[in-house]
Amino acid sequence: MSVTTHDDAHPGADHGEHHAPGFVARWLFSTNHKDIGTLYLTFSVIASFLGAGLSMVMRAQLMFPGQHLVENGQWWNTIVTAHGLIMIFFVVMPALIGGFGNWFIPMMIGAPDMAFPRLNNISFWFLVPAFCLVCTGLILGESGTGWTLYPPLSLSQYEPGPGMDCTLFALHLAGISSLLASINFITTIFNMRAPGMTLHKMPLFVWSQLVTSFLLLLAIPVLAGAITMVITDRNFGTAFFDPQGGGDPVLFQHLFWFFGHPEVYIMILPGFGIVSHIVSTFSRKPVFGYLGMAYAMVAIGVVGFVVWAHHMFVSGIDVDTRAYFMAATMIIAVPTGIKIFSWIATMWGGSIELKTPMLWACGFIFLFTLGGVTGIVLSNAGIDQVLHNTYYVIAHFHYVLSLGAVFAIFAGFYYWIGKMTGKPYPEFWGKVHFWMTFIGVNVTFFPQHFLGLAGMPRRYPDYPDAFAGWNLVSSLGAYISGASVLVFLYVVFRTFTSRERLPANYWGEGATTLEWSVTSPPPFHTFEELPRVR
Amino acid sequence: MHPLRRRYAALACLLLAGLAAGPAMAQQPRPWEVGMQPAFSPIKQEIIWLHDLVLWIITIITVFVAALLVWVLYRYDHRRNAVPSRISHHTWLEVAWTLIPALVLVIIAIPSFRLVYYEDRTHEPDLTVKVTGHQWYWEYTYPDQNGLHFESYILPQDKLQPGQLRLLDVDNQLVLPAGKRIRILATSADVIHSFFIPSLGVQRYAMPGRTIETWVEISKPGTYYGECNQVCGTNHSQMPISVQAVTPEEFTAWLAQAKTKFSQADTPAGQPGRIDLAAAQH
Repeated sequence: MSVTTHDDAHPGADHGEHHAPGFVARWLFSTNHKDIGTLYLTFSVIASFLGAGLSMVMRAQLMFPGQHLVENGQWWNTIVTAHGLIMIFFVVMPALIGGFGNWFIPMMIGAPDMAFPRLNNISFWFLVPAFCLVCTGLILGESGTGWTLYPPLSLSQYEPGPGMDCTLFALHLAGISSLLASINFITTIFNMRAPGMTLHKMPLFVWSQLVTSFLLLLAIPVLAGAITMVITDRNFGTAFFDPQGGGDPVLFQHLFWFFGHPEVYIMILPGFGIVSHIVSTFSRKPVFGYLGMAYAMVAIGVVGFVVWAHHMFVSGIDVDTRAYFMAATMIIAVPTGIKIFSWIATMWGGSIELKTPMLWACGFIFLFTLGGVTGIVLSNAGIDQVLHNTYYVIAHFHYVLSLGAVFAIFAGFYYWIGKMTGKPYPEFWGKVHFWMTFIGVNVTFFPQHFLGLAGMPRRYPDYPDAFAGWNLVSSLGAYISGASVLVFLYVVFRTFTSRERLPANYWGEGATTLEWSVTSPPPFHTFEELPRVR
Repeated sequence: MHPLRRRYAALACLLLAGLAAGPAMAQQPRPWEVGMQPAFSPIKQEIIWLHDLVLWIITIITVFVAALLVWVLYRYDHRRNAVPSRISHHTWLEVAWTLIPALVLVIIAIPSFRLVYYEDRTHEPDLTVKVTGHQWYWEYTYPDQNGLHFESYILPQDKLQPGQLRLLDVDNQLVLPAGKRIRILATSADVIHSFFIPSLGVQRYAMPGRTIETWVEISKPGTYYGECNQVCGTNHSQMPISVQAVTPEEFTAWLAQAKTKFSQADTPAGQPGRIDLAAAQH
């Protein structure tokens, strides 16, 4: 894509200065997409300390059979619930959608800001009380249902405390936040593209965010309905999901997974976008099969809405229903395959520089493939009969999320941190961070396939002694991944204290999207004059 | 012994056990197991067959993608290939990588459909057993046997005999005849549980308000272990399943014995709660 911009370089610093508000006005009342993006990223990092800290507690408990670190099963279940919800709603989504989405969607489409800047602000600030409420549920130890919140366990007879209500209400707030943000993204992308930027010229990251926003827009209201009914069942004497009053627990599962399955694509699609940009930049080649890549994401989004009951293969749904959901689920492998092969084809014939972001992107491609193919195994309703709810499932979704989405977050961090701060990250330590994480997460999650095949159930604080071996290996891997976070913090420290300053396009000719045409860091209002895309 | 040292000692035993593990222990999970528990029912046999097929396919795909990735990173490194090509389209290649995965999926789908329908239910069961999940124990009912029923609790750690397994052995095992088609009806009295026996290839949620059917035929006599597999509260990990499969003759003998044993437990004397209520009404 060739781009012409306003010729004279924007003197970033002074430019910001005229508009620069004070600290409180800038960070608490912010309407600037880049500042809100920074808030989201910072929030995500803070939440990840709790989310990852809980996973360290869990792996410490599971390191040996009969460990007594977490004495009580209720506490254990609460930790499991909080870990899941925090990682999904307060780490991965804020980083990929709120953080990178806010920072780079307007810049990539040549818009001065988001369509609704104040809506953008409140989208972020809804997350903070939501996070506090999840933490309240955790501290009270009253939300031991798993992130799936299945009734009747989540109803007041079995989880009587207010902690459960806090957790449910937290999801409402996080849901509203996502809903408002997705409305904002869709409006921005449809209405604020620079002259000449047609949908079919739009960068793939923007495509990925567009599809993600539509998924959120359609999925979140269904979750909101389901949890509202749980809240009224708990507090106002209704019995939507309570069989004793004629309610149906399976109905909740349908509603939850109608949201829950698109949710996993919501977490991975922005990662697809980021990886496409990085692979293209560091191969110094345009993305291979651009239209195929864009429509593969659309296809994943559409098909992602009609596969939800593969989470319910043993919930007593009809055998024909199982057969349908199995077939529909397998079909998702086709557009996913298109993406994997297109990334490799982008590299083919390129002139590849294996800098840190590219390392993370290649790690993403391999690990996402590995996590994807175990999805084929699980999509088989027949095989799933012995794998449902075992550690095989845990291994599968951590490969696509903890190793997929999180690798995409780190890839995006290393790719764009220079653009966001104007300062370079230390290349050597970035690579150390990658290899430590890569080894750590694989040692953690690969043995969990074995545990799952052997039949170890999830959400167990203690397990039969035969499972001890692989659990020990898995815990040791988790500690390596935990230690890699320290390396990441050092990278952040070195980056922010660096005295070097980066030019506008520090990746060279491979980086062709609009964010590379403005200074690093970009001026407070990115484009004073709209760029024209030829 | 110091608890930590005891833990390491247990681990050492485990390592040895892993090396010595033979087929004799096959019905329960084994240390350092890397595959599925061996099959003791036709359903599990089919599951393992299909899983092996899919495992081959996905292994080939993963190795292929990894090899391509490594090759591309090696061959097209900027030191070897300074000038990048500008090719970004190849219609036939794109058609190929859409159609070939679709064909592979068809190959997987055909046996998968067969398995799903095979697993569903048996039309002529020799025996029906109703499984009811409770917080946190299982209740087994034999509707064909005048409603013979009993409860099955975990054996606490301090009551384990040598050779019994922690978190797997129970006080009253579910006794079933081997070689017979058994209809399983799962339900629950409180929250959702899951009746899961890996070596028999059986799993269904036990849900309040509905009864879910599946079936199993146990290939040979032995003990088979399973666990509750849907989070059900504090003691989710403390409600294991232990199945004792016996020959049909032994099963008949057991039925006679069990009817006396468990009916005694059912006499009013065993249920003081009900007596108190009756007394209170007078």
